[in-house]
Formats: sequence, structure tokens, C-alpha cells
Amino acid sequence: MSRAAVRVPLRPLSRILAARRRGEDPAAIERENLRRRHEQMRDRTRRRAEGRLLALGALFVLAFFVVGLRMGMLAASDPQEPRASAGGGSAIIAQRADILDRNGRILATNLVTNALYAQPPLMVDKEAAARELARIFPDLDEADLLKKFTSGRKFIWLKRRISPEQQQLVHDIGDPGLLFGPREMRLYPNGRLAAHVLGGAGFGREGVHAAEIVGVAGVEKTFDAYLRDPARNGQPLQLSLDLTIQAAAERVLAGGMKLFGARGAAAVLMDVRSGEILALVSLPDFDPNSRPAPPVRGPAADSPLFNRALQGVYELGSVFKPLTIALALDSGLVRTDTMIDTGGPLRWGRFTIRDFRDYGDRLSVDKVVIKSSNIGTARIAQQIGAERLRGFFSRLGLLEPTPLELIEAPGARPLWPRKWSEISTMTVAYGHGIAVSPVHLAAAYATLVNGGTLVRPTLVRKEGPVAPGPRVLSPETSRRIAQILRRVVTEGTASLAEVPGYRVGGKTGTADKPKERGGGYYEDRVIATFASVFPVPDPRYVLVVTLDEPEDATGEEVRRTAGWTAVPVAAEMIRRIAPLLGLRPDVEQGAPDRLTLTSN
Amino acid sequence: MTEMVYGSVARGAGQPILPRWWRTIDRVSLLCVFLLFAIGLLLGLAASPPLAERNGLAPFHYYNRQVLFGTLAMLVLLAFTMMSPRLVRRLGVIGFAFGFVALALLPFFGTDYGKGAVRWYSLGFGSFQPSEFLKPGFVVTAAWLIAASQEINGPPGRIYSLVLALLTAGILVAQPDLGQAALFLFSWGLLYFVSGGAIAPLFGLLGAVVGAGLVAYRSYEHFARRIDGFLSGQVEPNTQIGYAINAIREGGFFGVGVGEGQVKWSLPDAHTDFIIAVAAEEYGLALVLLILLLFVIITLRALVRLMRERDPFIRLAGTGLIGMFATQALINAGVAVRLLPAKGMTLPFVSYGGSSIIATGIMMGMLLALTRSRPQGEIGDLLIGRRR
Repeated sequence: MSRAAVRVPLRPLSRILAARRRGEDPAAIERENLRRRHEQMRDRTRRRAEGRLLALGALFVLAFFVVGLRMGMLAASDPQEPRASAGGGSAIIAQRADILDRNGRILATNLVTNALYAQPPLMVDKEAAARELARIFPDLDEADLLKKFTSGRKFIWLKRRISPEQQQLVHDIGDPGLLFGPREMRLYPNGRLAAHVLGGAGFGREGVHAAEIVGVAGVEKTFDAYLRDPARNGQPLQLSLDLTIQAAAERVLAGGMKLFGARGAAAVLMDVRSGEILALVSLPDFDPNSRPAPPVRGPAADSPLFNRALQGVYELGSVFKPLTIALALDSGLVRTDTMIDTGGPLRWGRFTIRDFRDYGDRLSVDKVVIKSSNIGTARIAQQIGAERLRGFFSRLGLLEPTPLELIEAPGARPLWPRKWSEISTMTVAYGHGIAVSPVHLAAAYATLVNGGTLVRPTLVRKEGPVAPGPRVLSPETSRRIAQILRRVVTEGTASLAEVPGYRVGGKTGTADKPKERGGGYYEDRVIATFASVFPVPDPRYVLVVTLDEPEDATGEEVRRTAGWTAVPVAAEMIRRIAPLLGLRPDVEQGAPDRLTLTSN
Repeated sequence: MTEMVYGSVARGAGQPILPRWWRTIDRVSLLCVFLLFAIGLLLGLAASPPLAERNGLAPFHYYNRQVLFGTLAMLVLLAFTMMSPRLVRRLGVIGFAFGFVALALLPFFGTDYGKGAVRWYSLGFGSFQPSEFLKPGFVVTAAWLIAASQEINGPPGRIYSLVLALLTAGILVAQPDLGQAALFLFSWGLLYFVSGGAIAPLFGLLGAVVGAGLVAYRSYEHFARRIDGFLSGQVEPNTQIGYAINAIREGGFFGVGVGEGQVKWSLPDAHTDFIIAVAAEEYGLALVLLILLLFVIITLRALVRLMRERDPFIRLAGTGLIGMFATQALINAGVAVRLLPAKGMTLPFVSYGGSSIIATGIMMGMLLALTRSRPQGEIGDLLIGRRR
């Protein structure tokens, strides 16, 4: 009361005073004042509330409108299944870019075919249509078709891809309920060539008038988004492969595989500077035009889909020796003429390291590689030490999956001892106890002989000269190693690799295959590998050839070592592909010709 | 004269109750509510047999229950519409007190029906969710407090009501039932807004809710998954939302036909949270728009009526009730069309649900009681114009 009384305005106060003077009761007037003020206040809040309620109403109506609109939009859009009357929904973009080899020859392209579907409500004579269709397509069953046509369904897919001849035959039935939807299909005109690189493609989202082609393996899958990107306007993807070289390599490798009765074979040809892979072969192969289903039984490695060059991680054996020796030379531990104790067998704990033959008590470092002494390499590895050897292999990328642009690459994880003990160091030094893929090995050799800079393997064509990677070895070591590799061919285990004019160098590796179920190694099954570089002294290319379980039974005893199996295959391959690479044979200059060159 | 103008005496004694009720009730809104209930029954015929089948009950078990509870709810609604605002206020405050205690005791006596949140009391023949009944009680109580604060020498009702709202929301968050907690805070914000409060504190409240949401996102995996699902932009076809959206698409403008819908077989919550998807599939956009239109009519009529209201309590309580009602409908429909993240909220009067439909009946009954036409002193405005 007191507060209200204080705040009563003056004029009513004068009224109160006047009332007092008249002797009336001022309380009634005060009450009336209070009521009026209250009334005014209420009016004020009501007017404000009026505005706010209006805003609230507008807000609610707007919200309901948005929900309704969204409902309408949803109702107007198509549900996610094919409908005969197309339109609406997002358009399917069927433009998939071509894939070319490094010289612009087509590896993968598209072909327009048709898909056949039926709309039974439009059909005139269902019995006749079913009969004729069963005649044109032997895999369709007449009774089954008729059942589908009369089941009341409005839309039936009959065939996904049909040829122009089949289309004409269906046209000839003349039934208006049999309709065609254009389908682009992925075509690999070279058939099996580079099958593992290309992978394959299948249909993704499918509408009536178009279907999406999606990559299912290989570069088709790796570059799926890139190939389908509408912004790129169908610009082709150019790979580093060379179609002719790939073809020659496949031909030779297939011949070698057959000759030596191998279960499988792989070859990788790489440019030592850019890391571009010019040929990548894995046998047996498949036709990406009709990619077989993945195997459900048996080891995945036996499937033709398995890419031995990339996914096949094998213990590759003595081909690792030059890597170890390179590190020893580079770090100044030894020189090429340092004598190493190779007296054997070398016992370390419960392990025994033997050589293929007894090479005497001492060999110089270069001879360790040339003769391929396990004991000598193990002793050098001991000098190097576990940490350094592991660090070196890690720098070469031998302990991680390759960065190759194939969807399968990240899955191809090298196997190496997680607990890297001293004995691991000794065996890993000559390629046992570590399993890598031929692509890994090719990249490591490229780094070894290109002057010592790191190489990342790639399948995409590089434009112009490639900047060298980080330095791993000194150019001097690189040169020395190339020379040692050359001497392996001229005076060592790979004598069959001599290809006149191309000065091949390389290192053989023969590793016993581990048993699939564990428990040691097979006595009579090997992986034979030849890692070659040419032309020495300034190698431009690395070629790795691997044969799985080769046998040469032509001699008195069955020969399985790489020198007798992988090496001649690689030599033949180099003989065939070196001219295709544009290498000029370095034929020794004889006496100058007696001819007098004239021009007229 | 004063009494006539200011409406302190509204009725003569001895006026019969029913004719007066019929004359003053908002008949259009009442009709809309009945229509919604009828649509709910129609959809229940389609949506509840699959659930009954799943639970091994007679096909129309849930339908019969809905008819029973729905009729009960309509009777409760009618009973509430006959009350005077004063009685509504008293019942609301008492209901709030009881509901609040029931809510607070949930952790000790409630059950979670295996759904991970203790929200229900099991009563044998049915369940009872205190938070549903608390809603109208809270709105009425908060409106009463805020209205009182506008009297001269009134109590600081805004603060008191905010404390109540925060307490209730806190208990709900602990259950956890984040959606209901947000609904309570939202309705308080509504009351505050209409009572003429400053706008800035509302933004403060909004910020606090967003902050709390972020904390919840971190701590409740369930909540985070829903939000992630909503933000990912991609509709997984095998989630509830995916089914609902496909059902709406399938339905098109006029539906696939009565009983032809498929979504009710694949959606576990087809009869409650996604009833609108069932409606869209079987009867098409037409029925959905009709349902939305009915909600809009009810909301707009109530708001327009409240704009003319002079009594601050009636204005505030009415606003809060209609706001909660409309928001619940909006959230339910918004979730089904994926404008909002997944949140279990029933569609008032249409969805199945025993305690929820009765609570909605109480809420709507209170609203219709408050919006019955009363003299508002318009003559004063007409005669002397607005006083400034």
C-alpha cells in the first residue's frame, strides 16, 4: 500500500486532498486510482502480447507449412525402385571416361547396348511373347516367363545386356510390351591384356533409361569417382602401361610359365627414375569383360583374380642381398674388396645358415653377391645391426603396402618379423623371414640403381621429367651396386640373362615355399625370382620376374633355381621389350666398314 | 456500468449449463479435435494389427485399447471444457504438484520396459507416464505464477516458474528423456515471450540449451547416434526414417490404397511415432495435408482467440497449452519427413498411446475451457478508443 501510495501521480493526489477537505473517504478514490493504473498496465501488456501472439501464430503456420511442403516434395518424388514412367529422381550419369595406355591406345571404353524389360499391361500376346523370348534367349524359360507376365506385375527386367542381333529379333516379335533401355557397358577391347591392372566394372544404380557403371576392382575402382566425375567431361585416364610392352611381357611370361610348369607367374617392368610401371603381368589371368566371380573355396591366391605381382607377398630370397650390401657399402662398413668370412655352416642359437654350395672360407663383398653366399650376407648384416637394416628397408618402402593406385594395394601388406631379433636381421638380409610383393622389390631395385633416390611405384603416366625423390643411397654406392649386379650376370648365377647389346645386370633369388598350414618349408617347391636392371652402367629399367613352383626337368636332375627358370624367361622378355622401349643395342664396335658412304 | 464494461460479472444466475457451454465453446476446434481422433482410429485400423501380430495378441487388441482410451480421453476433454478458468487453474496446479512428485519418484518405483529409460509406472492394465500429465499442469502453474507477477505487488513469478521448469527438465534429463526436457524449457520460453519479457534472456536460454545439447552429444551415445544420423545427410534405407520416407514417396498424392501399405510391417513404431508415414502411404499426401490443416486450424483459432484475451493468466496458460500441442505435432511430423533428428514424440490424438492420449485430452480440454468466449470489454475499446 505504502509503495503504491508513493507512486500515485499528483493530480489524483490533489483529488484526494480535495476529497478530504470535503470530508469524503479518500480510500475509494485511491482504490479507483490503483485499479485504473492496473487496468492501464494490463492493457499495455495485452497489446504487447497481441503482437507476440501474432508472431507466434505466424511462426507456427510457417513451420506447419514447411512440414507440409516437405511432405509434398517427398510425395512427388519417386520411391527408390524403377518405375516405367521415368522422370523425377536424380539423373544417372552414364558417362564413364576411357582408360588409355601411355601412348593413347585404348584399354577400356564404353559401348552402348540395350537392356530388355517387359511391361505386361502393354503386352498383346503374352503366350507368344514368352515362347519367342525363350527361343531367342535359351537361358530364359518359357513357363517361367509366362508366369511372370501374368502375375500382375507391371514391370519386369528380362535381360541386362543384349546384342544388336538379339535386339532385332525381339523387335521382330512385335510386342509393344517388350521394351529396351539403353545401357552403356564397359568394354575392354584388349581382352585379357592388363586384366589385373584394369580390374573390371559392373552396374551400380540402375534406372530404366540408364545404368551407372561402377568399377569393381583395379584402377577402375581406385579411380571410380575420377572416371565418373562429370566435371572432367569424359577426359580419359592415362596409365603408365605400354600396351605393346604389356602384350609382349604377357606372351613371354605365359610361355615361360608353360615351359617350366609353374603354377603362376608375375612380372613387373618399371622405369627406375619415375617409378612408372610399364608392364604389370600376373598369370593366370582373366577377361575383365566377363570378370569371374571371386572364389568361395580354396586359397585366394589360386584364383585368376589374384594379382600375384601386387597382392602376392612372397619370401623372395637372395634378391634381397644387393639391398643389404648396398647399405653396408653406403655406410662405409665394407668396401667391395673387403674379405668376409664365409666359412660355414653359420650357427646362431638354434639356427643354422648354410650356403647352396661351399664357397670356401673367405669371399670379397662383391663375390658374396655374385656367388650368392647366405653366410657372407648374414655376417655383413650382423655388422650393420638390426636397427639400421630395418630402418633402411623401411625407407625403401619394403615394410609397408605400396602406394600403387590399385584398390588392392593397401591390402598387400609385407610380412616381416615384428620382433626384429638379431637372427631376423641375419635372415632378412638374404630375403628369408620377410615377404614382399614383386612390385615392392621392383621399386626397391629402382631406388638402388637410379642413383640412390627413392622411387614410388605408380600406374599413372607422369608428364615430363619427374623430380627425384629423397636420397637413400649415395650415387657412388648406386653405381657400384649396378656393376656388381652386372657381374652376377657375367660371372655369377644369372649367366643365362645375357642379352647381347643390353648389358643386363640382376640378382637371382630362389626361396623355398612355406607350407600353407605352417610347419616349415617345402623341399621341392620354390619361388624363383630374377630382379634385373638394364642397361648397366646407367640402368633405365627394372624388370622383376617371379615364377611360382617352376621346374626344369630337361636336364639330368630337376632344376628349380632361379638361374635356370626365372632368368631365361626374363632374358627373353628383355630381348623382346628392349627394342620396344626404344633402347639402342650397344653392339661392340668392330673394325670400321670398308664401305665408303656417299650421297648423291 | 463499471461491472458491465469490465466484465467482472459475466453471467446471470440460473443460466442452464449446457446451452451456455454450447454457446461459448470453440466449436470449430472441438470438431477438429474429434476429426483428428477419428483419423487416428482409421489409421489405427491399419497400423496396429502388425504390432499385435508381433506381440502374439489378437489382431485388433491395440485398436480396441485405442478406442477405449480414446473415448475416455474425449470424455475427459469434454469434462475439462466445462470448467471455469479458476477451476482449471486449481486443478492444473494440484496436478502439477502430484505429477512432479510422481516424476521425482520414478527412479524408485518406475519401470523402463526394457527401453533403457525409466519413464513409466506400470499399473498392470497399462502404463502411466508422469511427464505426459505434467505438461498441462506445468503450463498452468507457470502461467499462474507469471500472471501473478504482473499484478502490482505480485511475486517474482518469472523466476519461480523458471526454477520449476529447470527442476522438471533436470529430472527428465536424468531419466534420460532429453526431448521432453527440451519441450518443458521451450514451453517456459513461450510463456516468457508472450508475457512480454525481454528478448535477450531468451537467447541466453537458447544458448544454454544448445550447450546442454553439446554436453549430451558427448555423454549419451544414443543421442549422439541420432544426431549423427540426422547430420550425415544420407538416409539409410533400413532405418525407421528410411522406411518412413520411402513410405511417403510410395504413397504419392493419393496413396497406395486402404490396407495396401507396407511400412507398417517394417516399422516398429508405425502406430505411434511414425503414424504419419502410415497415413502418407495408404491415403497419400491428401490425408497428411488434412491432418496438418486440422492442427493449423486448432492452433490459429486458439492464438487468435488469445490475442483478444484480457486476463493475463488465461492468455498465458492458453498460449502454453496450444504451444505445447502444436510443437508436439510439429516435431512428430518433422521427424517423419526428416526435417528434425529422430525423436520419439506422439502425434496428438492420432497416435496410439493410453496415457499420452488422455494427457493430450486433458491439455486440450483445459485449452478449450480457457478459450471459451467471455466478455472482453471490447465495448470499452470501441467507445473510448485505446488508451495510450
